[in-house]
Amino acid sequence: MTASTKNPYYAKDPNLRFLEEVSAATAGVSRLEMCIQCGTCGGSCPSAADMDHTPRMLFALIRAGMREQALSSNTPWICVSCYHCVVRCPQDVHIADVMYTLKGMAIREKLYKDATAPDFSLTFVDMVENYGRSYEFGLATRHYLKHFPMRLPGMAPMGLGMLSKRRMDIAPTRIKGIDQLKKILDRAKELEAVQ
Amino acid sequence: MNKYLFYPGCSMETSAKAYYESLMAIKDTLGLKLEEINDWNCCGATEYVGISLTPAYALISRNLALAVQQANGADTVVAPCSACYLNLAKADHYMAERPSLGERVNQALAAGGLHYDPGTLQIRHLLDVIINDIGLDHVKSKVVKPLKGLRVAPYLGCMVPRPDYQKRWSDHEHPNELDRLLRALGAEVIDFPLKTHCCGGHMTQISPSTAFELIRRLISSADQYKADIMVTVCPMCQMNLDAYQAETNRHFRTNYHMPIVFFTQLMGVAFGMEPRQLGFGRELTDARAAMARIGVEVPEPESAKKPAKKAKKTGLPMPQMPGSEQEAAE
Repeated sequence: MTASTKNPYYAKDPNLRFLEEVSAATAGVSRLEMCIQCGTCGGSCPSAADMDHTPRMLFALIRAGMREQALSSNTPWICVSCYHCVVRCPQDVHIADVMYTLKGMAIREKLYKDATAPDFSLTFVDMVENYGRSYEFGLATRHYLKHFPMRLPGMAPMGLGMLSKRRMDIAPTRIKGIDQLKKILDRAKELEAVQ
Repeated sequence: MNKYLFYPGCSMETSAKAYYESLMAIKDTLGLKLEEINDWNCCGATEYVGISLTPAYALISRNLALAVQQANGADTVVAPCSACYLNLAKADHYMAERPSLGERVNQALAAGGLHYDPGTLQIRHLLDVIINDIGLDHVKSKVVKPLKGLRVAPYLGCMVPRPDYQKRWSDHEHPNELDRLLRALGAEVIDFPLKTHCCGGHMTQISPSTAFELIRRLISSADQYKADIMVTVCPMCQMNLDAYQAETNRHFRTNYHMPIVFFTQLMGVAFGMEPRQLGFGRELTDARAAMARIGVEVPEPESAKKPAKKAKKTGLPMPQMPGSEQEAAE
């Protein structure tokens, strides 16, 4: 039994356990609890300018139990997974992995503000689950038609260049063990759901 | 030399075909024995981990479990793609760090008759294997055409030197491995300050302006350092800087022309191999002028005129791409 389950205030407001929840849902040992709010992460971030909150601010929201604000922040979606903050963090917080956790939670609770990034991830994964391989042509056409139709004319030379230089296949490749992979993923999803 | 279990990753078969072709061309010269993991699947890139934890790690770990089945004494998986390398390393690392995750992943793998014990395999990037197992002395001894006079910007991107679970790299932000390799090939290597900065990753698909700014920083810095060409170890970096350079130029109204190729392609050139055999000509940001500086004739791209023609069919005013301009002129 952790300290927080004994504390009567946590029972009244489950969001006060949000930090624990995020940490537990993260791969490895997140060390999110160890954040000292120094701001090294935001200062190291190449895409912080486009974020609603720097990682430091986001972690403060999480610690304060401000669940909705944290999960609707665009920050995890703007994170480019460059791991600059991760290697510079004096507390060794697994920042990039925490961002992945927050994305997953935002998708499940439909709290993201812009569907472009979640749709891209979901479409990518849909292809992988069906073929066992990524399928760039299918992904690009489906994604661009939905989210960037205006970009398509400008992108045409590039897309055709990729096709004519055989850097993109029109047909997907399917692995032989796709049934085995599907069984594995179905079981993994069941296990994830009961956690 | 022992064999390595080879995880090519999806990009090597498509967008980074030049990486695959050049690696296949140079592996025998390097004495590198690669055995492809049978029926490997996608590592999930940076997408699946952002959706659901257990399925994402089960997807990655199926590859590790398959690799163990055919290991036959080998204990190292080599991945040439940065994201694949990191994902495989991450699964191995976190399954051990958090045994409950390892257990869940193995319960899932069991549904497919598979199992993986974290720590069984070493997960390494191709560049690490070339530098630390094969060694620069061996590489140097195979150089027949030094890349003398070619000014290169060594570019590793993020996921090879970071987070570096096994502490294999000389530095997280300014590692020297790629510089040393390129110098061994005879190239003039600039001290590229952004060598491990981000190319934007999947942001070209999600938040283009974020990606374009990151791409701009890299190509503009390489340009200021008067590099002839950038050299990368990562399919995503190559794709973003090469294929999105034209769109980035349009976005900022700039006119950069900075070709980017894989380090294995330049290794092949230095080993005296034919550029066509090494995947040259597949780049969208033309590398011909850069390679001509050292007397290397890069083949004219196959069906070079097709893209320009079809692009016109859309009937929309089309800003000129540096690549298509030259192609159309020929």
